[in-house]
Amino acid sequence: MNQLIVSSSPHINSDETIAKIMRDVVIALIPAGIAAIYFFGSRALLIIVVSVISAVLTEWFMQKLYKKPITLDDWSAVVTGILIAYNMPPTVPLWLPIVGSVIAIAIIKQSFGGLGQNFMNPALGARAILLACWPVRMTTWVAPGPDAISTATPLELLNGNMQEGFPTIWDAFIGNIGGCIGETSAFALILGAIYLLYRDVINWRIPVSYLGTVALFTWIFGKDGFFTGNGIYNLFIGGLMLGAFYMATDYATSPVTPKGQLIMGFGCGIITSIIRLYGGYPDGVTYAILIMNIVTPLIDRYTIPSIYGEVERNV
Amino acid sequence: MVEFAVSTFTGGIHPPYCKESTEKMPIERLDPPGIVSIPLQQHIGTPCEAVVDVGDKIKKGQKIGEAKGFVGAPIHSSVSGVVKSIDKKPHPTLGECMAITIENDGLGELDSSLQGSSLDSLSSHELIERIREAGIVGMGGAAFPTHVKLSPPSDKRIDTVILNGAECEPYLTADHRLMVEYSEDIIYGLRAIMKILDVKKAYVGIEDNKPDAIEAMKKASKSYRNIEIKVLRTKYPQGAEKQLIEVLTKRQVPSAGLPMDVGVVVNNVATAAAISWAIRDGMPLIERVVTVTGSGINGPKNLLIPIGTPFSYIVDRCGGAKGDIVKVINGGPMMGLAQYTLDVPVIKGTSGILLFTSEDVKIHKEGPCIRCAKCVEVCPINLMPLMLNAYSKNHAYEDCGRLHVLDCIECGSCSYICPAKKPLMQNIRIAKREVINMRKQHAKAK
Repeated sequence: MNQLIVSSSPHINSDETIAKIMRDVVIALIPAGIAAIYFFGSRALLIIVVSVISAVLTEWFMQKLYKKPITLDDWSAVVTGILIAYNMPPTVPLWLPIVGSVIAIAIIKQSFGGLGQNFMNPALGARAILLACWPVRMTTWVAPGPDAISTATPLELLNGNMQEGFPTIWDAFIGNIGGCIGETSAFALILGAIYLLYRDVINWRIPVSYLGTVALFTWIFGKDGFFTGNGIYNLFIGGLMLGAFYMATDYATSPVTPKGQLIMGFGCGIITSIIRLYGGYPDGVTYAILIMNIVTPLIDRYTIPSIYGEVERNV
Repeated sequence: MVEFAVSTFTGGIHPPYCKESTEKMPIERLDPPGIVSIPLQQHIGTPCEAVVDVGDKIKKGQKIGEAKGFVGAPIHSSVSGVVKSIDKKPHPTLGECMAITIENDGLGELDSSLQGSSLDSLSSHELIERIREAGIVGMGGAAFPTHVKLSPPSDKRIDTVILNGAECEPYLTADHRLMVEYSEDIIYGLRAIMKILDVKKAYVGIEDNKPDAIEAMKKASKSYRNIEIKVLRTKYPQGAEKQLIEVLTKRQVPSAGLPMDVGVVVNNVATAAAISWAIRDGMPLIERVVTVTGSGINGPKNLLIPIGTPFSYIVDRCGGAKGDIVKVINGGPMMGLAQYTLDVPVIKGTSGILLFTSEDVKIHKEGPCIRCAKCVEVCPINLMPLMLNAYSKNHAYEDCGRLHVLDCIECGSCSYICPAKKPLMQNIRIAKREVINMRKQHAKAK
């Protein structure tokens, strides 16, 4: 008989791995990618590919530079690459996703310790920086279709106090509107989200509390007085669906406690709604999630659940 | 009739149960080996003192080790024969321990002082004495002396007895088969416990993946209206004491408390069976049912094994080992202990012997914590395993104490579920030990 392994129990492990989780996220993001290519053409695909490749290469380079083990096989850089592309208008020049990937992976992720250590969502952090540096390129929208006619997003229309010209709620739902590559089709994003929920990759707390808060808040504080807003319409426009299901739920930058996750969703919802209704910038998803990312350690600290048998003893 | 399981506890996991290869196998009696080696310490509490000498001729069932102090249980010979040596031997949970080695003369002569009796003819005090004399300990694994459990301090009012037939550990089917084949004995033992504690209400909790055990136990308990067989949902760790109590009685054992604090005493079904044998036949605890299984064994079995039988002999009698054995476990795969040799003997707490090949034991590369919070979701005690792990690795044991590390029941669900394959349980165990040491020193300094 060979040497026996003597290790601490348990002696069996689930077959869950980091790579499997990340791969599930990639799978869940595919429908939105297909919708993007359908509505915005092959340019969308090109941006996604460039973004993913540059994210993966940056990860490899930074891990070499920091003399850390190369972990490209955990698929996390692929997820970041896709999310960066999904957060860009389909009109951007191809160097922009490359810059975005470098910022996300080199600065926000690897320089803060790599996977699980970043203090804000890499893709959203990169987007915020790109928005500040190249505001025009990052907000030049086109209407879906082959002709690339420039357009305004529904949120810009709302923000500009327009009375008409809004896409129908159906167009907003399926994604036949202007916007970032991966954010326009609520339908495709929900499809992927159902997969993530089914696979237990994410739980309901953050998305439901986030979406619920936005719907409620934008309904109550409508432009024509209390309870005149269209909360449901607000759910399907801008980056909300993408943010609520795929970015606010990012493990590293969202709370680990059940109560904390509800607070995360609620906080994101409030900030998003305030920016949408009263801010100068049409969509608040990016900044809402980034702000909540930063307070995540604080939320975790104050929401540690009471343990089994603790409450009873105190009574 | 379809019966729905009672509601479940929070947290927990669903590992593959892997019980198929033995759950239908009737319990077989293993012929005693030529040599048994019976450790002087098999339970929590003080070790025994040998009451025989090398060269003594002894009978089966004869007391060979006497417990010192109340929290302890005597040990008895599982064979008749001659004492060969009293020295240090490998031990399945302590590494090494003093043990009495007996050469079996193959006659199986019973100690003539062992006398059968009956439940009705013995007083509650006599019953406890009999259980103590028979060396009965909790047979679910922790091996706490049963007579201590059945003698709660007078200020604790016990109103419910629970028999644990959950057997939530994967692979193990010893309790399952015992419930199918010895249901009458288990109920008899349960009635003895109820008589001792003067309790009117008893539950037997069984997971719903053992329908034949549920049926057999229902049949055996039919004429006792105060004994209820409860169907539990199959989920690990359903058999953990606190979880079982909560599911069956809706009472939560307070942090750092004991079941008796909520008026409950929990015993394993195998312990109840041992109690019935001690009362009816006067038989001390000298054998127990063990599941021998895993991908590394040719003929998986449920065996009734004399205490002190070496693992190696048992493996031989189960068709031998096959494949590349990388792990041998005393107990189940979630909470059992990995062994360094097959020379260790079966003790009173051995519920299973698992032989794992590299097919079962995957060596994983540890990744970074991605804060997925799955460990938080599965922890049945509501702890924060990821934080305890990080604090433990940084030797921040005070923080571990603050986050209630001592409440951990060591079920291992966190380590099981972790996608980064972090040894959470191991680091939490280290923290528990350090926190206990720290508090001891603190108390001393005062």
